[in-house]
Amino acid sequence: MYAQMVKSTGTGLKSADEMSAEERAFQARIDAGEKIEPKDWMPEGYRKTLIRQIGQHAHSEIVGQLPEGNWITRAPTLERKAILLAKVQDEAGHGLYLYCAAETLGVSRDEMTEMLLDGRMKYSSIFNYPTLTWADMGAVGWLVDGAAIMNQVPLQRTSFGPYSRAMIRVCKEESFHQRQGFDIMMKMAQGTPQQKAMAQDALNRFWYPALMMFGPSDKDSVHSAQSMAWKIKMNTNDELRQKFVDQTVPQAEYLGLTVPDENLTWNEEKGGYDFSEPDWEEFFEVIKGNGPCNTDRLAARNKAWDDGAWVREGMMAHAEKKRARKMAAE
Amino acid sequence: MAREAAFYEFLLRMGDNTLILGHRVSEWCGHAPVLEEDIALANTALDLIGQTQMWLGLAAEVQGAGKTADDLAFLRDAWDFRNLLLVEMPNGDFGQTLMRQFLFDAWHVLQLRALTASSDARVAAIAAKSVKEATYHLERSAETVVGLGDGTAESHARMQAALDYLYPYVGEMFLSDAVDAALVEAGIAPDPASLRADYDDTLARVLGEATLTLPEARRARGGGRDGKMHTEHLGHLLTTMQWMQRAYPGATW
Amino acid sequence: MKTEWPLWEIFIRGQHGLSHRHVGSLHAPDAEMAIKNARDVYTRRNEGVSIWVVEAAAITASSPSDKGPMYEPSESKVYRHPSFYDIPDDVGAM
Repeated sequence: MYAQMVKSTGTGLKSADEMSAEERAFQARIDAGEKIEPKDWMPEGYRKTLIRQIGQHAHSEIVGQLPEGNWITRAPTLERKAILLAKVQDEAGHGLYLYCAAETLGVSRDEMTEMLLDGRMKYSSIFNYPTLTWADMGAVGWLVDGAAIMNQVPLQRTSFGPYSRAMIRVCKEESFHQRQGFDIMMKMAQGTPQQKAMAQDALNRFWYPALMMFGPSDKDSVHSAQSMAWKIKMNTNDELRQKFVDQTVPQAEYLGLTVPDENLTWNEEKGGYDFSEPDWEEFFEVIKGNGPCNTDRLAARNKAWDDGAWVREGMMAHAEKKRARKMAAE
Repeated sequence: MAREAAFYEFLLRMGDNTLILGHRVSEWCGHAPVLEEDIALANTALDLIGQTQMWLGLAAEVQGAGKTADDLAFLRDAWDFRNLLLVEMPNGDFGQTLMRQFLFDAWHVLQLRALTASSDARVAAIAAKSVKEATYHLERSAETVVGLGDGTAESHARMQAALDYLYPYVGEMFLSDAVDAALVEAGIAPDPASLRADYDDTLARVLGEATLTLPEARRARGGGRDGKMHTEHLGHLLTTMQWMQRAYPGATW
Repeated sequence: MKTEWPLWEIFIRGQHGLSHRHVGSLHAPDAEMAIKNARDVYTRRNEGVSIWVVEAAAITASSPSDKGPMYEPSESKVYRHPSFYDIPDDVGAM
């Protein structure tokens, strides 16, 4: 997911007896479906976990601009260029909303940005894969946004008010993202043999990385249990992955494309597909920084940040001069 | 010059400006100094791409050869392009991009305002829609030029360098040729030279606030709007922009 | 030099006749740029007809611990609500 492997702070789930009175009251509010707002009392672990999770989610949106941004200048038609640009721009907007949500917890956007740039904070593993052909714009929209939506729709009900409101706005805006991706895939799947081959190649390369987005199985993870009790994680990774596969396989069939998994079969008993696990060793390598594009992605973000310093400083200096002049005139 | 031929040239001039500048601005997506600017630049690029679809769409219609706006954008070579040299200049740093935008917007608004009174209803309609977008672009680019010109010593120096680099390309906006004469005659578009005084006023006001100095007048660099001599930059831009259509001719995307 | 632009809270009037509503926040060097940034960030889908920006630091908020004293006293003032009064149907619309 856009926030993977977020460790909650603390030693795992406390029983009601182990909680302080404040913690019990806090948990009771969450259990009753109330929203927690920034100025409300909250356990330090809740605050820290949220900063990590929302921050990582925001970073994923920002780094996520790069693989698709890579094709804006090569989009094949004016309309495709406008659609792709609008979509990648939305991602910048979503990053912005999420940073603002995290800022209500007492961390600044600049602090979070610095933590991304020096590697202290992570972003989703998926954006460390390259976009090599135009079909990848289809595959990313269809599969990556499709997987993201699976996670983000339930997060609209998360317990932290600013996060929930940001997710509501994100989900509303994202509704066209997956569709535009599928639309690209449809055009290519119905196009020339070359186009169809390109579409199949994109599916082959993005299928397993998309499955990895949900993170490794977390059914026994103490961190997940705590986050789920706090309603900042709404489903287990396995639940969401299964849902994603069940939804996506028929779409691939519609396109006439083959999901690159020989073990993929419908399991009548569980009412879902059985499928192969992605290579988790590869996943952990990508998370550690050894994916195909980690170095380039971070270098691009660092360059934008460093090259932009004089702009941020210049605009601020002018605003301060203007304020001083105005005060002097009054 | 025959009216239809001149009209087609004029539409290419309008559409190629927005096509090439929109492309340049879109190159920033994901790389701007701050998120808010990233989003704003994308809005500008989206407006320009939308205007391109209208101008080149009409150009294709007037040409009457069964082509589309996409054909004109993706399948012409450098010498067929009719954009001002200014808009094909590279992005450089953020200051150079915003200076180029400001120098263009200040002209674009005047041109579009005049075109809203065009004798051709299709031109007037496109101009009426576009002028609202361009007016906002100008407000934003002017405010940024002022902010950075009057910011820190470094931002001031960078903005002055951008102005010095780009100003020689401004003169081309006001050159007139046979195409312009035919358009003025038909009441379709204004004489380019007639926009100069208002343009200079805008520049003087904004650059004054930005504490920037207009460079010594030099010979106007022309060759874009008549296609006689583009810069070397255009070919590289087209190589990227047209790659898909060139590599996979006839495919539908 | 700390150069992070201040945070602004953004309020947008969605349609003529409605109140401005808080839609989110953003960073900008000053109020004029905050309005422009709000236009670019928060009205990309034709969402507004008017924008207010307020520097976040200038907002004074009530404290959550005051929730009881702040809001509960009004709960007992039921006579402020029209449903408190029984008016016979014969009287007609009121």
